Amino acid sequence: MFFPAAAYIVLLIGGPLVLAVMYAFSDARIGNPGFHYVGLENFRSILQSPSFRAALRNSVVFTVVAQIIVIVCSTMLSIALEKPFRGRKFTRFLILLPWVAPISLGAIGWKWILDSIYSVITWVLIWLHVCKPYGAPMWLGEPKLAMASVILVHCWRLIPFSTVIMLAGLTAIPKDIPEAAAIDGAGFWRILFRINIPMMAPIISVAVLFGTIFTFTDMTVVYILTAGGPFDSTQTLPSLAFATGIQGSDLAAGAAMSLFLIPVLVLIAYFMLRAAHRAEVT
Amino acid sequence: MTRRDWRKLGPGAAKFATLATFVVLLAFPFYWMLIATFKQNIDLYAVENNPFKFNLPPTLDHLKLLFFETGYVRWIGNTALVGVIVVIITLFLAVPAAYSLARLTGRWGQRMGIAIFLTYLIPPTLLFIPLSRVVAVLGLQDTIWSVVLVYPSFTVPFSIWLLMGFFKSIPKELEDAAMVDGLTRFGAFVKLVIPISTSGILTVVIFTFTLVTQEFVYALTFISPESQQMVGVGIPIFLVRGDVYFWGSLMAACLITSVPIALLYNTFLDRFIAGFTVGAVK
Repeated sequence: MFFPAAAYIVLLIGGPLVLAVMYAFSDARIGNPGFHYVGLENFRSILQSPSFRAALRNSVVFTVVAQIIVIVCSTMLSIALEKPFRGRKFTRFLILLPWVAPISLGAIGWKWILDSIYSVITWVLIWLHVCKPYGAPMWLGEPKLAMASVILVHCWRLIPFSTVIMLAGLTAIPKDIPEAAAIDGAGFWRILFRINIPMMAPIISVAVLFGTIFTFTDMTVVYILTAGGPFDSTQTLPSLAFATGIQGSDLAAGAAMSLFLIPVLVLIAYFMLRAAHRAEVT
Repeated sequence: MTRRDWRKLGPGAAKFATLATFVVLLAFPFYWMLIATFKQNIDLYAVENNPFKFNLPPTLDHLKLLFFETGYVRWIGNTALVGVIVVIITLFLAVPAAYSLARLTGRWGQRMGIAIFLTYLIPPTLLFIPLSRVVAVLGLQDTIWSVVLVYPSFTVPFSIWLLMGFFKSIPKELEDAAMVDGLTRFGAFVKLVIPISTSGILTVVIFTFTLVTQEFVYALTFISPESQQMVGVGIPIFLVRGDVYFWGSLMAACLITSVPIALLYNTFLDRFIAGFTVGAVK
């Protein structure tokens, strides 16, 4: 009974994975998708391309910066949400919206918020006299600001996800330990930093592993907000692979670019297997 | 304030401040969609107008445009159809596979389960280039059948993983008793196990359906004609004419589509999170 699912997975995940590797070592194009082995030629040429190097660097920067912000924020948020209070369910729903709504639609909402002329952020800044009318920053039009915007939207999307994962972890912490510490005279903050946060370490690592995958392999946010621009300043590995392999019809180069996702995925799979193994043993 | 004052002010105020800040930051884009949905264009595109209030009376023009003059309704139909078909395929593949893995004796069932879960981590952005060729060779390009073929590749692995957990919680003795009473193993599975696991199967149905509505990369890659679009691509790509964004109807579409999906997803979220955190929380 396991066979149909296994066959599907082999054919539609395993097969394409092998095909991606084969393309990366060929000169296949959409008009001419035959296999002609060219060795490491694709890797040599993409490594020399400034766009690719920018994409590689951005992918790492976006992922790392977003993860740091997400972990700090969602730790705070999960602790604030842990104890029951009136309206907790509704509060949780509002907080979860960015994760449970389709990301392509959330991203287009942000595109409106960050619009070059009608941005609400710009309006508030002018209203506060922080910047002058018509001299306002172009949120998605200047490289540094565009990078910050992409990171912001990634954080916005992932904070809810990490928060619920951590909530699940918090409820699993045995309550007698913090209670005993409270009887011994430890205050809220001391219990928080000495007991709760250290005990959340395994669950924080789960949130980081998933968050890393979701940010590193995502192309929706970048594609909708900036399409990699201005001047490749927000290009990431997936968005450049799409621009090259699909829009530019260079299957071989696009496939070679997307293969650069694999080392990170393997690393994450390794850590997850280790966690699973630990759970199996204990 | 001194250190002592901060301690006295204590956790209550800190929690409230944290929650209030994050609710505003995370839910704001959806509130902003709501405002734009009902604003007249003259009001929406006037830089000096206060964007937080209705300077002119609200209007239903954007909704009329969205429902009667764009492909929106069509995209909703396409997405619902694909969703239903993918749910059926997913159940057909995942339920028997999960059951047989859950009943496999020894450690191999669990290990196979983890292996399948890991395939869930292989992202669309790694597979979309080879899969675009598979879809082209099969002649499915530019039709919804391309995504019907490919979407189970991310719904099946996670569904198997979720269902394994449900099936394992059903005592084996129940089936043994049924088999002593003359049912075959398959009969026991259909007449006994499936009815008990309704809630698990319902979780998979909701999970699969929401993932289908949230997908972006594959639909963008495989389908170009407007009439065949899925809602997640149609809204951000086809509600933009050339460089002109119809922000009012764009935001209306984002809001109207997001909220039902978010409500549905939110109801079942805790079960998905349980699937994500297996291994780190017990």
